[in-house]
Amino acid sequence: MDTSAIPQNPPPAAPVEPSEVSGKSVRPGDRVFLGLSRGSGIALLVIMAAIAAFLTYRSVLAIQGDKANFFTTFEWDPTGAEPKFGIAVLAFGTVVSSIIAMVIAVPVAVGIALFISHYAPRKLASPLGYVIDLLAAVPSIIYGLWGALFLVPHLSGLYSWLDDYLGWTGIFSYSQGAARSLFTVGILLAIMILPIVTSVSREVFLQVPKMHEEAALALGATRWEVIRMSVLPFGRSGIISASMLGLGRALGETMAVATVLSPSFLIGLSLLDPGGGTFAQNIASKFSEADTFGQDALIASGLVLFVITLLVNGAARLIIARRKEYSGANA
Amino acid sequence: MSNVITEKRPVADSAPRPPVTLRQARLPRWSPPVFALVALAAGAGIGLVAGLDSKIQWGLIAALLFIIGTYAVAAKVEGARQAKDRLATSLVWIAFLLAVLPLASLIWETVVRGSKVLDGYFLTHSMGTLPDAMVGGGINHAITGTLQQVGLATLIAAPIGLLTAIYLVEYGRGRLAKAVTFFVDVMTGVPSIVAGLFVLSVWILILGFGPSGFAGSMALAILMMPVVVRSTEEMLKLVPNELREASLALGVPKWRTILKVVLPTSIGGITTGVMLAIARITGETAPVLLLVWGAKTINNNPFEGAQQSLPLYVYQQWQQGSEASYDRAWAAALVLIAFVMILNLVARGIARWKAPKTGR
Repeated sequence: MDTSAIPQNPPPAAPVEPSEVSGKSVRPGDRVFLGLSRGSGIALLVIMAAIAAFLTYRSVLAIQGDKANFFTTFEWDPTGAEPKFGIAVLAFGTVVSSIIAMVIAVPVAVGIALFISHYAPRKLASPLGYVIDLLAAVPSIIYGLWGALFLVPHLSGLYSWLDDYLGWTGIFSYSQGAARSLFTVGILLAIMILPIVTSVSREVFLQVPKMHEEAALALGATRWEVIRMSVLPFGRSGIISASMLGLGRALGETMAVATVLSPSFLIGLSLLDPGGGTFAQNIASKFSEADTFGQDALIASGLVLFVITLLVNGAARLIIARRKEYSGANA
Repeated sequence: MSNVITEKRPVADSAPRPPVTLRQARLPRWSPPVFALVALAAGAGIGLVAGLDSKIQWGLIAALLFIIGTYAVAAKVEGARQAKDRLATSLVWIAFLLAVLPLASLIWETVVRGSKVLDGYFLTHSMGTLPDAMVGGGINHAITGTLQQVGLATLIAAPIGLLTAIYLVEYGRGRLAKAVTFFVDVMTGVPSIVAGLFVLSVWILILGFGPSGFAGSMALAILMMPVVVRSTEEMLKLVPNELREASLALGVPKWRTILKVVLPTSIGGITTGVMLAIARITGETAPVLLLVWGAKTINNNPFEGAQQSLPLYVYQQWQQGSEASYDRAWAAALVLIAFVMILNLVARGIARWKAPKTGR
């Protein structure tokens, strides 16, 4: 019985052709598969290149026909005999509304992430994280619908109040009317990017080494001191990348802005009064009345938006790459 | 000298002496909720007296009172460090409530206002020739359009995304792989309207095709690809190397190893990723607005003529601005949100059910 368990000497292995083990010889199946998958990667690069190339091509057509300065004109009239259009108002509106959104959303999102990771009762924490992830999937048009039909009517009271006390600054002056202003857009964008910023920050906070936190606790730190000394330093690059992700969304958001904002081609000092515009909103609302040249003009403004989002994403990636060396992530 | 001490001792004992303890004075456990109630009452009171109509302001006043009150009391009783801790705790709680309110309101409004006209008729009829201000009509044409456009986009994007991820994880070395990784990141950040403008410039302006569901699908595919690549990549990286090595050691060619070992191991996560990507593009409005244009009747051919889609329907009904069209917009929004949520829940369910066993 025992002997049967002992393996007999294996038959002498057939001499292996050196070419088969060297790994250089490729079976046809492998060649096809590698070709397919590499081809897909290349297709992706080609698409990105094509996006840049075709947008630039149509934009050049548009800007050549523009009788006004493309960057400084406060007007959008590409259909007239003397086509005049410029992106000054759009750039201003896009930047301002995104900044408002970031200022509101990032601290709140970090707060929620901390709440879920460190403050909430344990039984509540994981369903909450789940709900936040689900909320990140709500389509933007629904935020837009809610913003236009629910948020806007509810904000005029707050705006009159701000006007009473801060109206002297000019920024917060508010003449009564529907609150369809850049500030409302900023608030709505903040609500929209909250889930995604929260979700990414929470992931990072949960990865903080338990040892760091326990060490701080053992030294007698309060919960806030633990967070300040071990959680936030560890999560800083994560917070930055989450914010940049949110910023990218806020910059390119179309439908929510198009439904909430009442646009105009003027830059006013007041953020609470209707007016202004953003790149994406302008494209969506001017598209239906645009002829071919008008569409080219819109493409030109889209190219600017494309470049801005590229720069933001690139900056985020640089920051993260540099911070990585100092954060505890590699420890 | 010793006499003095012995004489003084009884005196010292009789005086109330703080007990020697390592514990600091703490506020009782019930204090935060009580403070919150008091602050809420005070906020409402101030709001009523000052005649502020916006409930948002009442809440803001109450929140401010709560923060300041908690900090002051804690600083008095527990000391500065504990007070700071309590300040942070209340700020975190307020951040949470501040965020939950609008998000809960969003879901609540959609469900309440959306369920008004949502019924079988609404789901099975199109708008047809119904005037916009009239009650009635439905979203059948929009559902058809959305399903076809999203299906086509998935057919384009899923294979390319999957193969790209396989390339990056299984083959990717050198400059090409680095470039692909970088541009996948860049592509993730492309705004949806820019993807729409790109297809517009090539397909419609240069090649001269008209609006169609397929044009929309191409833009949606561009938005979907990087998401699929990212999630698939993560999942493939989770497959333990031992599995690959075991298969290769048996003399199985690499492509069969990938098809028969790596992919089946990670199929749950990959499915989840693709479904989440589908959920994301289902709600995209901007490219559809530029490329599909919207229609009032059912168009079953995605390659020819304008189509409708759910998000675009919501937008167009909102634009009409009548009570009846607002109701329809909310109902369509409810259908859209339900679709996206169900897709999300199923996807996450699959992820949990089919999670790769990592051996720990």
